[in-house]
Amino acid sequence: MRTRFRAALMAGTAAVLGLALTACGGSDSGSGAQAQAPARTLTVSAAASLTSVYQQLGTEFQNANPGTTVKFNFGGSDALAQQVVQGAPADVLATASSKTMQTAVQAGKIQGEPVVYATNSLQIAVAPNNPKGITSLQDLTKPGVVSVVCAPAVPCGAAAQAAEKAANVILTPASEEQDVKGVLNRVQTGNADAGLVYVTDVKSTAGKVAGVSFPQASAQGAIQSYPIGVVTGSQNADLAQSWINFVRSQQGTAALQQAGFVTK
Amino acid sequence: MSRLEVDVAVTRGSFALDVSVTVESGEVVAVLGANGAGKSTFLGALAGLYRPDRGSIVLAGRALDDVPVHRRRVGLLSQSALLFPHLTARDNVAFGPRSTGSRRRAARETADRWLAMVDATALADRRPAELSGGQAQRIAIARALACDPELLLLDEPFAALDVDVTPAVRSLLRRVVRAAGVTTLMVTHDVLDAVVLADRLVVLDGGRVVESGPTAEVLRRPRSAFAARIAGLDLVPGRSCREGLRTAEGTVIGGVHPEPVADGEPAVALFSPASVAVFRDPPKGSPRTMVPVRLAAMEPHGELVRLRAGVPDDGPGWVDGLAADVTPAAVADLGVEPGDELWFTVKAAEVEVYPAGR
Amino acid sequence: MRTTVPRFLWVPAALAWLLVAIPVAGLVLRVDWPNFLGLVTTPSALAALRLSLETGLATMALCLLFGGPLAVVLARSSLPGLPFIRSVVLLPLVLPPVVGGLTLLFLFGRTGPVGGFLDREFGITIPFSTGAVMLAQTFVAMPFLVVSLEGALRTAGERYEAVAATLGASPATTLWRVTVPVVLPGLMSGSVLAFARALGEFGATITFAGSLEGTTRTLPLFIYLESESDLDGAVAMSLVLVVVAILVIVVSRTRDLR
Repeated sequence: MRTRFRAALMAGTAAVLGLALTACGGSDSGSGAQAQAPARTLTVSAAASLTSVYQQLGTEFQNANPGTTVKFNFGGSDALAQQVVQGAPADVLATASSKTMQTAVQAGKIQGEPVVYATNSLQIAVAPNNPKGITSLQDLTKPGVVSVVCAPAVPCGAAAQAAEKAANVILTPASEEQDVKGVLNRVQTGNADAGLVYVTDVKSTAGKVAGVSFPQASAQGAIQSYPIGVVTGSQNADLAQSWINFVRSQQGTAALQQAGFVTK
Repeated sequence: MSRLEVDVAVTRGSFALDVSVTVESGEVVAVLGANGAGKSTFLGALAGLYRPDRGSIVLAGRALDDVPVHRRRVGLLSQSALLFPHLTARDNVAFGPRSTGSRRRAARETADRWLAMVDATALADRRPAELSGGQAQRIAIARALACDPELLLLDEPFAALDVDVTPAVRSLLRRVVRAAGVTTLMVTHDVLDAVVLADRLVVLDGGRVVESGPTAEVLRRPRSAFAARIAGLDLVPGRSCREGLRTAEGTVIGGVHPEPVADGEPAVALFSPASVAVFRDPPKGSPRTMVPVRLAAMEPHGELVRLRAGVPDDGPGWVDGLAADVTPAAVADLGVEPGDELWFTVKAAEVEVYPAGR
Repeated sequence: MRTTVPRFLWVPAALAWLLVAIPVAGLVLRVDWPNFLGLVTTPSALAALRLSLETGLATMALCLLFGGPLAVVLARSSLPGLPFIRSVVLLPLVLPPVVGGLTLLFLFGRTGPVGGFLDREFGITIPFSTGAVMLAQTFVAMPFLVVSLEGALRTAGERYEAVAATLGASPATTLWRVTVPVVLPGLMSGSVLAFARALGEFGATITFAGSLEGTTRTLPLFIYLESESDLDGAVAMSLVLVVVAILVIVVSRTRDLR
């Protein structure tokens, strides 16, 4: 018990100190920004699955627009949308589902109509060389195949359910994970033979897992859309719009496709 | 027959114990010694807490050296009662019989019998937390005897009791130990325990037996400084000579020889502190033996004041601890205080010289 | 007799108390009371609550069965490497539970040395099973029992056991009739603490055992999952967990005070 109390004490102290530091930092950067008037900062709230692509594009964007700094706030789509609704300072909102984007739209927090610029679809993640010879969703129900999916409550789980329905298959997963990374880990550590994840997730492992495509991945509700929009009240609406244009440019599209997204 | 023969050597750090003691069946032997004389180490070796470096412990013809404690049949009563806090007095007493295979009912009956022996029948259903120190020690006595030990070890059994309950518990212990006829070995630093309980005394000093014999004998004619001190006598070691006793560095103490001792034999001179007279300056032309001392301490002793001697500059070491009992008036006349140099004197007729045995 | 508390301690003391009390109070305020009963009695919530209670009790039993003897060895034996053995036992107390889950996964996972053997030879897969939940919970909860029991054993000392031996009690008799009763309060509070820790266990479980309703999705995992989709349900079940935790603390404290 004592150890736990001590750990808690340290955490608490750190939290209090952290708050204090953040407060100081905030006022400091405020005055700094006024001093360097031409410098501009674009804040992008983006779904976690966009992390690597956006970071790469962010550097390129900064190079193309000298004096501009792109700040990212990556997180779960639901949480990001909630933050924007609550008035969190963001210029761009890029979620991983239309539903979450709709939350922000209905709250009047998005200027105009958000655009869907990319989609992502499911793949069956298996060990490299596919030792269990899995070629379809049906194969996941074979005896001796341990499969994992996302929990139905989270987007990747909902997509998996839609695909199951389309394939007329009922999976009996060994575990319903919180997020797609959890599914990926199970496959990667060899504790599961197969897992339903997105194409981009398979790509991100750089060969540690292999992806098996299946037709029902494009069924209604199984496709994941990536909408993007400018946040109402943004001080940098013009810059936000040029970010959106940049993501949809040839350069942006190439990066997205590289990562496994299907662009529109 | 539960005769105990112990011959053990134990080394613990810088302390070495080498003791050989025999306790006859049913006999009560008290091991006396000052703090640090080795009493607890000796008892620990007997109880199985320390493994002797060498030696043997034979109880009732069984060698105990490799016998685990619970099969030794050696009961232990120490200064704290250590009653099991979760059991009633009766269940504490019944614990031994139960552990050695008695049925519940038989164990209860044994417990009740022993509770009656220690006058604690009324306390049978109490928990240890509800007992006074004296009551708890009585229950502990019953508990130790209820499992019918072949040897009972008593480790300063009254040291933790209030002074006003000690006499009653002491005489109760005497009564039940005698009634049970159990071979008993007690270690104590209190001569009264020995006087009341023991048939025989063994005096330990520096890890060795310096003296042993029947209680009355040892107290009347101690041969060791410690025994003399607990017996309330002054003792000077040396060798017998015609005039009395000659100490190692040559001082002659005049005395009588109640029994024949050859000249030059190891001997001790014994005298009562009350027979010692004290002077500031050496009295002239006295036939008494005179010894220079430095006053170490003064303490009340009944109606008298006991003056404790320390060693003066260049004086012989054996004067350390000698006592002189004088009247308060005499102390006032002398006007002494600790640190003063004084002379202790004693008449030859008051000094008895005995052979020192070993 | 009471000593006077220096006045300057009151403010930090009050802040410390509020730091714990206010979030809990906030939770109570945030609960969707009209729908509370419905939220905590959905089949999924009940399955999670039931699984948590069952695995928590099983974990407590495992801790007693294995941690109890370990505490006795730590408190009573004179093995040469005792300090080292003790620090290993305490490791889960300071380790993030997720790390504990990972170590279990690498050992008992299907590709781990032990898990691989069991999978190949006997077809036993440990991850994704209720057994894995218990294993993870025991891993994190065991030190609580070992620490409090060892402390109780050391406080009680060996005097009673020494006396029992002189009364003819064998070591086994002494253990059951003297040692265990004497340290019973420590044993109880240690068990309750282990149960409480098992009930709150999250990181090691989700890392090692996975999350499946009725099999591995314990209350904390359920709450975490619900927080992604149905915040009201998560809050309601959090309150249930808080109440259970308070009950556990009250039970263990009243035992201590006696």
